[in-house]
Amino acid sequence: MAEAVQQVVTRGEPALARCRRIAIVPAFNEERTIVRVIDEIRAVDPGFEIVVVDDGSSDRTALVAERAGVHVLRLPFNLGIGGAVQTGYQYARDNGFELAVQVDGDGQHDPREIAALVEPIMAGTADMVVGTRFATGGGYRGTHLRRVGIHVFAGLVSLMVRQRVTDTTSGFRAVNRKGIRLFAAEYPSDYPEVEATVVLSRHGLQMVEVPVVMRIRETGSSSITALRSVYYMVKVLLALFIGLFRRYSTELEEP
Amino acid sequence: MTPFRVSIAAGVAAVILLLVILELIRSRRLQERYALLWLLTGIVILVLSAWRGALSGLADLVGIAYPPSALFVLASLFVLLVLLHYSTVISKLSDQNRVLAQRLAMLEHRLRQQESEEPV
Repeated sequence: MAEAVQQVVTRGEPALARCRRIAIVPAFNEERTIVRVIDEIRAVDPGFEIVVVDDGSSDRTALVAERAGVHVLRLPFNLGIGGAVQTGYQYARDNGFELAVQVDGDGQHDPREIAALVEPIMAGTADMVVGTRFATGGGYRGTHLRRVGIHVFAGLVSLMVRQRVTDTTSGFRAVNRKGIRLFAAEYPSDYPEVEATVVLSRHGLQMVEVPVVMRIRETGSSSITALRSVYYMVKVLLALFIGLFRRYSTELEEP
Repeated sequence: MTPFRVSIAAGVAAVILLLVILELIRSRRLQERYALLWLLTGIVILVLSAWRGALSGLADLVGIAYPPSALFVLASLFVLLVLLHYSTVISKLSDQNRVLAQRLAMLEHRLRQQESEEPV
């Protein structure tokens, strides 16, 4: 199965084989799943360089990842998912990568779906591709409150970016060089995915969604517990509202 | 009952507070996560200065004869809350700062060692 996908990735897209590409894997205490995620990415496309951003784990995540032979950025303390992911984008920007895919270290994102994420970028029809879990039906469970929140944000963001968006909270994403430059400079700190979508649109970049099947997370828990949901909703709503009045000035072209 | 002028003054002050906070967030001098308590403070003061009946009820409830005093007490409580929150934030920041300094010291040491090992 993995080999079949790899053929789709590289044979159908000679441009992709020449493209410097990197998988950004944020990980917080994922020593039990991180190696499998790394192996699966390699099985899908060995041309991907992999950078694991260890977000201040207290377990052996960084050690295990280093032994697997990937780049490991160890943050000295927990920055939260936004800070971790942004570190990965800065690494991608500073090392000249043209394509970056974000894959969670907890195994909920299936690397076999990377081909689908990458395709619109290689075709030049999108600057960012988001793997969404609702179009497919199965593969996703969440608390009722979280589902409601996701749909509220989806509606709001759809209005703000003038485009139908079904899943704003998915962290399974691919971006091109412009997206890398943008997110390296500008990425929200906590609960970043919703805002990042709007920021991207405000910079005139194009986003598309592709349906993917997500797996049930094996270790760890969602960073969004029931108790934090209210804070999450208020914080993101406030940020979206304020964002309407912000001027953005990140330079996306190469200097 | 609260004198009208007190309500108007408190309401104006709350609106100014809210506008200042929102502008600080917009210009990125204040992060959303540290603005939420301030926003809540401003909103509560604004609501209680507009909804005078609620302020009187609240004052009665805790035995304050002069309702504007209740507004004052409540505002003070919120300021205390914000201060306490900032104390925890500062504690976390100073912890992180220590870790950063330690990691930097190790890194510099390793770098100097590597440089001195390299043939010149």
